[in-house]
Amino acid sequence: MSARLSNLFAALVFLSMIAALGAVFLYVPTERTMGLVQRIFYFHVPAAISAFLAFFIVFVASIQYLRTQEMKWDRLALSAAELGVLFGLIVLITGPIWARPIWGVYWRWEPRLTSMLILFSMYVAYLMVRSYGTSSARTPRLASVLGILAFVNVPLVYYSVNLWAAEQQLHPQKIALEPPMKYTLYICYAAFLLFFLFLLQRRLELEKTADALTDLQQQLSDD
Amino acid sequence: MESTFSYLFAGYAAIWILFFAYLLRLRRREKDLRQELELLRDQVAKKQ
Repeated sequence: MSARLSNLFAALVFLSMIAALGAVFLYVPTERTMGLVQRIFYFHVPAAISAFLAFFIVFVASIQYLRTQEMKWDRLALSAAELGVLFGLIVLITGPIWARPIWGVYWRWEPRLTSMLILFSMYVAYLMVRSYGTSSARTPRLASVLGILAFVNVPLVYYSVNLWAAEQQLHPQKIALEPPMKYTLYICYAAFLLFFLFLLQRRLELEKTADALTDLQQQLSDD
Repeated sequence: MESTFSYLFAGYAAIWILFFAYLLRLRRREKDLRQELELLRDQVAKKQ
């Protein structure tokens, strides 16, 4: 991506985030039962969806890497996994902050919280395999297998509210949103999607530069 | 309702701290890699 296009993209991300913050703090009415803290919802849920999207990209890119052995897929999987962990961490931090005044506790081992923590831990393990593994082809192969297996947890997290009994849940099984809340959530989804794509593009550029560096080092050591 | 403001503030502060920390980390890694790449390119050019 050219520098001009990259700057334009950054400006678009910035404007979309301003629009999202404007909608959350100026447009949407305060929810009646939970009060102000419910506004965490508008960033908490898009962060979770962004993490799921990142993990889906890891899943597809890992399959493609195992099929083709092309490094571009490995780079994509690694970049998306890092972003998935970032957005997953946002979910795991904002969730308990929101939970404390509503449920009276920061954490409870209920299905969605537990499954999300397991999912997050698996992708942290993925990143650990990547950073502690050797530079041989074995590491990307092993990471790809982990990237595919870890994705099995994503539908489990998503459907956890329906898979376990209602009395074991703290998360609601169904959410009914008023139109301004829906529109605000859509604006936040769009802003998070743009930000996610922006970060992914930057992270991929970084991986390409790192690969060019490895090639040059190889060239120097061969001479 | 007022008592939950501190939680709202903590939630959004955490989000933006994480975003900016990640962006800064990316930028620093980018800078380091580019510097190293330039250095190696010079070395390769000198050898040739």
